[in-house]
Amino acid sequence: MLSVVFTRPNRWRFFWKHTFLEIDQIGINSLPIVALMSTFMGAVIALQTASSMESPLLPDYTVGFITQSSTILEFSPTIISLILAGKVGSNVASEIGTMRVTEQIDALEIMGVNSLNFLVLPKITAALVFFPVLVVFSMALSMFGGWLALLVSDLTTTEIYILGIRSFFNPFHITYALTKTLVFGFLIVSISSFYGYYVKGGSLDVGRASTQAVVSSSVAILIANFILTQLMLLS
Amino acid sequence: MIEVKQVSKSFNGQKVLFDIDHVFEEGEVNLIIGQSGQGKSVLAKCIVGLYEADAGQILFDKRNFTEMDRYERSNIRQEIGMLFQGAALFDSMTVEQNVMFPLQMFTNMTKAEIQARADFCLDRVNLAGRNKLMPSECSGGMQKRVGIARAIAMNPRYLFCDEPNSGLDPKTSIVIDKLIRDITQEYKITTVVITHDMNSVMEIGDHILFIHQGKKWWEGDRHSIINATNPEIESFVYASSFMKEIRSQLQKKAQ
Repeated sequence: MLSVVFTRPNRWRFFWKHTFLEIDQIGINSLPIVALMSTFMGAVIALQTASSMESPLLPDYTVGFITQSSTILEFSPTIISLILAGKVGSNVASEIGTMRVTEQIDALEIMGVNSLNFLVLPKITAALVFFPVLVVFSMALSMFGGWLALLVSDLTTTEIYILGIRSFFNPFHITYALTKTLVFGFLIVSISSFYGYYVKGGSLDVGRASTQAVVSSSVAILIANFILTQLMLLS
Repeated sequence: MIEVKQVSKSFNGQKVLFDIDHVFEEGEVNLIIGQSGQGKSVLAKCIVGLYEADAGQILFDKRNFTEMDRYERSNIRQEIGMLFQGAALFDSMTVEQNVMFPLQMFTNMTKAEIQARADFCLDRVNLAGRNKLMPSECSGGMQKRVGIARAIAMNPRYLFCDEPNSGLDPKTSIVIDKLIRDITQEYKITTVVITHDMNSVMEIGDHILFIHQGKKWWEGDRHSIINATNPEIESFVYASSFMKEIRSQLQKKAQ
């Protein structure tokens, strides 16, 4: 399937137009859920860390440091990708699946359009372009959420929290997080497209394909997360 | 002209088409008829390449479609227009955008030329002024007519219609049939219509292929089908009590 997807588009103008539409559909439309999730998760991470810090040997800025590292290393790239697998994956699978069962894909093929390339490549490109933006946005909001929660609960000061955020910062962790995001984005869209494109039957089967797409994408993300962590952080 | 030579097709080991040989003539409405599940749609989908035939050849004006690669097939397909059973309009596009789509995709026409061509095609199917409607805002008959407009936008040499009258009332069915016949004669194209609607058979059946149990059972025209003595055709043609009544009236007259 992918060898047919990654061919030269019939018309670049259509490709770019669809890519921007997909950025809006699967990227910009995901901003509210990503913002909500990130802010609250960051707040919870900060509060849980603060509540667990009983040892006087631990410096005060530890809360900020743990919020920063858990957000960058795991929470933003992986958890947000799992959420996007649900939102974007089901959307992609049901959209393409509906086109399949209503013969719209056959209509494209009859016209001589490479339907896989026409439908899937803009979605993959949009995911690869915009998922990293969503994850960076999530990182920022998560750390903001942590700061807000600590400030409201009077558990630390802004200076100490920012000191923690900046402590032991390793720029490679950003590279690691964004690499994971790109891989996860590719997996979500390609797996969901596969389930949608090859659906057979009617609306019930589209629903089933959509569920399978979300489950398979999520499992693929977890496996890829493990492999990438082994390769990038431990080797 | 489309030639089908010894075409066979199986699904999961079950053969559904048996060595079909047939010629679909240019400038005529060629019908593929038969009961449901006999292989009509499978044959049509094999011809246009949506299914790959297991054996045999399909020739579009002597050009062997079965031996072509994806790129060559894409070129042939730009000469094919197809009206699907459910119209298969792109539901995210307006009526006008649906008709413009193949032109924007495959031609180097200017915006104004594309617009003019889309307007002409919509006018041809009596949908002038309905350009901005979404497919969901169109009735079944309108959707079929938009499907025809989209199918003829590229000036096709071959037109395929998969059950064009399904779900339509008799009056609208006649409008669609007439449109298909007029377009076929006007542009001298090879039209293939899959149907099991006897009204369509009598209205537009220039050349009829009857498929039964995946085999070519009979061929002829709308005049000869009425008098065909083959029992399978008889049971198909005279399935309705209305047609039976007509036959008995004709027989009485003959006596």
